Amino acid sequence: MIAKAKAASRVATVRFHPRVLKARHAMGDRVSGEALVAKDGFSARYDLDRIAGVFSRPAHKLAGQSYVGRILVLDTSKGGVASAWMLAEMRSRDKVPLAIVFNTVNPILVQGAALGGIAMLAGFDEDVTQLVPNGATVEIDPQAKTLRIVAATGR
Amino acid sequence: MRLNSEEKAMLAGEMGPVPKLAIGHQVQVGDFFGARDFVPVTQAHIMADTESLGEHGVQWLENLAAAKKGDRTVRIPTITDPRGTDFSKARELKQAPWMLDLERRAIDAFVKLGVSMTDTCINYQTVLAATRGEHVAFGDTGVVIYSNSVCGARSNFEGGPSALSAGLTGRTPRYGFHLDAHRRATLHVRTRYTPGSLNDWGALGGVIGRLAGNYWDVPVIEGIDRAPTSDELKHFGAAMASFGSVALFHLVGITPEASRLADVAGKGMRRHEVGRKEVKALQQSYAVDAKVDVVVFSAPQLSIFELRALAELCDGRRFKVPLLAVTSPQVKPDSDRFGYTRRIEAAGGTVFAGMCFYQSYAREIAEANGWKRLATNSAKMVNILGGYGYVPMLASMEDCVEAAQTGRLA
Repeated sequence: MIAKAKAASRVATVRFHPRVLKARHAMGDRVSGEALVAKDGFSARYDLDRIAGVFSRPAHKLAGQSYVGRILVLDTSKGGVASAWMLAEMRSRDKVPLAIVFNTVNPILVQGAALGGIAMLAGFDEDVTQLVPNGATVEIDPQAKTLRIVAATGR
Repeated sequence: MRLNSEEKAMLAGEMGPVPKLAIGHQVQVGDFFGARDFVPVTQAHIMADTESLGEHGVQWLENLAAAKKGDRTVRIPTITDPRGTDFSKARELKQAPWMLDLERRAIDAFVKLGVSMTDTCINYQTVLAATRGEHVAFGDTGVVIYSNSVCGARSNFEGGPSALSAGLTGRTPRYGFHLDAHRRATLHVRTRYTPGSLNDWGALGGVIGRLAGNYWDVPVIEGIDRAPTSDELKHFGAAMASFGSVALFHLVGITPEASRLADVAGKGMRRHEVGRKEVKALQQSYAVDAKVDVVVFSAPQLSIFELRALAELCDGRRFKVPLLAVTSPQVKPDSDRFGYTRRIEAAGGTVFAGMCFYQSYAREIAEANGWKRLATNSAKMVNILGGYGYVPMLASMEDCVEAAQTGRLA
């Protein structure tokens, strides 16, 4: 048991790499919060139960988890054009992520973030979903186009 | 972004608050993508069903529509994607009055803005197809991928706020698929399989969409052995866009920019082989239950030829479970005149116009009607409806019609 705990502690130590990641594209205001990370896509229409504020598509890697008030770190935007309206509608009911970070993004999510006033970063040299631990506290600075890992509390 | 004098005047509010808001939104998006300037567009197509808009979005539209007449009018032909209902048959869907009220308010606002309520996602078949090299601002991913790929037009995915902004300003930021550089292929897909049915075409599109995986990937497909029909490419493109967020594909020897592979081949293309096995695997992944609660033909809306085929399959049958067929307001009168509507409805089906099934409060109407297990020939729709609590199943039009009669999918 103790050996297992020590091993887990070593893993946690090894996993934390405080660093600043630079994006090529950015929008919105500076925010900080807990990261919800998955190597998966994002569509407000396809993937979410927007009333409950959770990922609802069964095949999604974050199925069942709440996105409200968290900084989503995902691979890419997916699906239809509805997300362009939906982020603003979600914002009006406070069922919205704090920010969204993508490896690659399509115009729809950018247009939606612009209308909904949601911070967004996209375009990294490495896979951002592998660099940010799930549950880490991160800070998004769109002016500087950076994501800073403040604390890797990794769950 | 570099703005000309007219664009600077718009941004300064010299042409009123509505163009100012519209171009401000466009500059924000253009700056994000590093657009150097605007490109004039000839048409805009707005996706704006009220399930997506919500009360907040409808109020936003009403605020724009309250501006002074003349300041608020779109500058170019601006049309709409399907609405969230067919008012004449909303009761059959068990839609609530508040849904219809929200729809009416949104429509009133659009009309005040000068938008033409075409309510279709197949405008390239029914309204006015864009031509090769024509810059447009289209919403609905199926419309964009068809227009870019089959017509050779130039559009990004323009969500509702951006498409409306393009209508109001007559331009859009010049980035993405407006530029030659982004239209070259990034992955080369070889196949020896030419699909037969529409759901096979959709499934192949879905397989390639998954391989592509993001908006900036452009597949070039080699090996299709005949010229596909417009309906086949409609399902193929709509599914590719849905599964992969893809906005442009090329078919060697078929689509206008790819007479030869070398015309569109990009440097360092990824290479894949796909065939019947991958298509069947995708279809099988949705074959999870034999029982069916509802059969739906929608997404994209049906052409007159699809309704003709459906009418022939419905003759002499009596359905046990609801069969819904959704088309555009431009096609429906012809379906009525040609007797297709009557034949489908004589078997117990219903033909809707001007809406799309998944844009019509799909979750709420599922609960109101007790629908969960849904059969369709639309690969796009099976990809979407899982998130709405359905168990969607993909089958041919023939098997779906049989399922409507027996309640079971063979």
